[in-house]
Amino acid sequence: MNDLLTAAIVVIGVPAVLVGYIVGAELILTRLVPERRQGRVRPWLWIAPALAFLTVFLIYPTINTLILSFQDRASRSFVGLANYEYFFTSSGTLEALRNSLFWVVFMTLGVVGLGLLIAILVDRVRYESIAKSVIFVPLAISFVAAGVIWSFMYLYRTPGTPQVGTLNAALDVINLGPVNWTQEPQPFNNLSLIFIGIWMWTGFAMVILSAGLKGISAELLEASRVDGANEWQVFRNIILPLLMPTIFVVGTTIVITALKSFDIVFTVTNGNHGTDVIARRMWAEMFTNGHFGRASAVAIVLLLTIIPFMALNIKRFREQEAVR
Amino acid sequence: MSISARRGFTARDGTEKEEAMQSRMSNWRQVGALAVLGVLVAAACTTGTDQGAAADKEVSVIATWGGAEQESFLAMVKPWEDRTGNTVKYTGTRGLGTVLTTGVASGILPDLAGLPGPGEMREFARGGSLKALDEVLDIAAYKADTAPAFVELGTVDGKVHGVFIKSALKGLIWYNTGVFTAEAPTTWEAVMGTDPGTADSLWCIGLESGADSGWPGTDWVEDFVLRVSGPDVYDNWVAGTQKWSTPEIKAAFEEYGKVMAVTFGGPSTINSTKFDDGGNPLFTDPPGCLFHHQASFITEFFQKQGGATAEQYDFFPMPDINPAYAGAFTGSGDLFGLFSDKPAAQDLLKYLVTPEAQQIWVDRGGAISGNLKVTTYPDEVLQRSAQTLAEAKIFRFDGGDLMPNQMKAAFFTAMVDYAATPGDLDSILAELDTVQESAYAQ
Repeated sequence: MNDLLTAAIVVIGVPAVLVGYIVGAELILTRLVPERRQGRVRPWLWIAPALAFLTVFLIYPTINTLILSFQDRASRSFVGLANYEYFFTSSGTLEALRNSLFWVVFMTLGVVGLGLLIAILVDRVRYESIAKSVIFVPLAISFVAAGVIWSFMYLYRTPGTPQVGTLNAALDVINLGPVNWTQEPQPFNNLSLIFIGIWMWTGFAMVILSAGLKGISAELLEASRVDGANEWQVFRNIILPLLMPTIFVVGTTIVITALKSFDIVFTVTNGNHGTDVIARRMWAEMFTNGHFGRASAVAIVLLLTIIPFMALNIKRFREQEAVR
Repeated sequence: MSISARRGFTARDGTEKEEAMQSRMSNWRQVGALAVLGVLVAAACTTGTDQGAAADKEVSVIATWGGAEQESFLAMVKPWEDRTGNTVKYTGTRGLGTVLTTGVASGILPDLAGLPGPGEMREFARGGSLKALDEVLDIAAYKADTAPAFVELGTVDGKVHGVFIKSALKGLIWYNTGVFTAEAPTTWEAVMGTDPGTADSLWCIGLESGADSGWPGTDWVEDFVLRVSGPDVYDNWVAGTQKWSTPEIKAAFEEYGKVMAVTFGGPSTINSTKFDDGGNPLFTDPPGCLFHHQASFITEFFQKQGGATAEQYDFFPMPDINPAYAGAFTGSGDLFGLFSDKPAAQDLLKYLVTPEAQQIWVDRGGAISGNLKVTTYPDEVLQRSAQTLAEAKIFRFDGGDLMPNQMKAAFFTAMVDYAATPGDLDSILAELDTVQESAYAQ
């Protein structure tokens, strides 16, 4: 009953408030603001709710996190740069930083490379839509579910006992292994985790790149082939330069995804065996260690690392807009 | 994810804004805008009162128990629900620490909750969110019915804050009765000197446990610290005043290292075997190992995941090592605390510590009662565990659980690292020393 009432209030109340806001704002505008200035005020009134939400849920938390990052464990007093010093000197966080770098490099290369390869290959076959759907499916799976699925794929059992993990069972058939994929040898076990990320995101890159590929005019490609270019030259000198803006957008998106990677590491190894990443480090400082200062410092470092990529993305986007 | 969520967007900030808005608007006398505000306020009021009325008869409980343990807990509270007409709304979560940490910061807490360990209990009690139970419970009766060690563990600054719903005895050595048929060894040397016979190795260890991976290893180290170096060293170490690199603690790690050297499958198996599957190789043919060191709760997993029947396994307590500290045992328990002043919640807590309530769980198996008046157990293994616990001359609570969260987490990770690279012991201990320096400074 209680839930029903709440649901009713939400279903009726939220639109009512929105309509009320628009009507109310318009009332104020028409009665109080001189007509010639209404055109300049109206956009601000309409954008105000969005700005309010942005302030409450983005700007205020960011500023607060920044302040917390200069405070002690329980946010009682200021400690200067101590939390940042910890971040850049403790072996655990440095390892996490190194692994996040692995993620950025290998996941981006893997996702963009495979995505491009598949996009180009499926472009030439009749069953393109089926192939693309199959490759796209993993993106619909949650990170945690993907982590659990691959934990079973990578599962290791004592040599001589039945291997229940898919990969090791397969190796067992040809009398190889078993390999302890997620634990040894460090740091190569990171690649096992990064592969899960690649498996999930290749579909994303493929779909975007494939769309970009379709945007290249067939006449252009036809003309180059008539002029005697072989397939590699067509790819290298025509397709790749024309796809570059798309590759760039996909690439930066994946870089940001890789930097934020948390779920897979958390599910599969929980950061043990030298696989910790910064986002999981932030979680651990916050919820395991209860150190708000350090957790905030990690969050700020993560944010500062991501901002250049975001800025680059936006700059590129603006340039494209200008060209058009 | 926003760190500052814990600071919250406090109600006061909200009202101030609303008031400011209101005054500006009333100046403008805009009926339309006020109506909008009216809808908002009305919505807020309706939800508020409605939840309040129903909430009095509902007690929310959060703990880590799921599956069979959850069923046992619900069976335990059923008579109370029937008697009082109140309902218990139980949520089981493995992320108890996370839920409570955020809950304490934001003020949104369950009425009753399992506490991850005495360390957290202390933090929550001193922060003021965890209630003292001296006025809630019949404290004299509680103290008379409960082992002094448990009373002391639930006490913060002289007041009882946590009670034990159930407990477990650690340091038990399990074996397959069909494989190990000799007399139980009476010295540690004899245990380590036992011929594995048909078994592949002497020991089985499984450290994998998701976010808590490594904890079964900490039980080993704690047992060695307590049995070799005694309760004083143990207490200092747990309290953070004895460094990890000191000879006593290092010796305990090394002793555990000797055990791992004769463990089934080596480091890879130790780190990739889930703790609940840890003892399963006892029951394979040929057996993977002869012995498995684990707390009393493991019997449930022997039966459910190892395919063993109750006649197939038995235990002997880990023998004394240093005669000066004979009869020393470690154990753990499920601490429970009160976060609300609601009468129904207080009443439920009172009920949970009674022998009648605890007998219900005990009868369903897998648990030793925290209440001394509970003396009958459903099977012989539990009966003997309870008896060993009652007769222990020196009893210490699980050391890792007593340490601050950060120290505990580092201890767990250290066990995983030590299993993988036993040669790195010195650097592992040095890292633990570094954590110790910051973890205890609150």
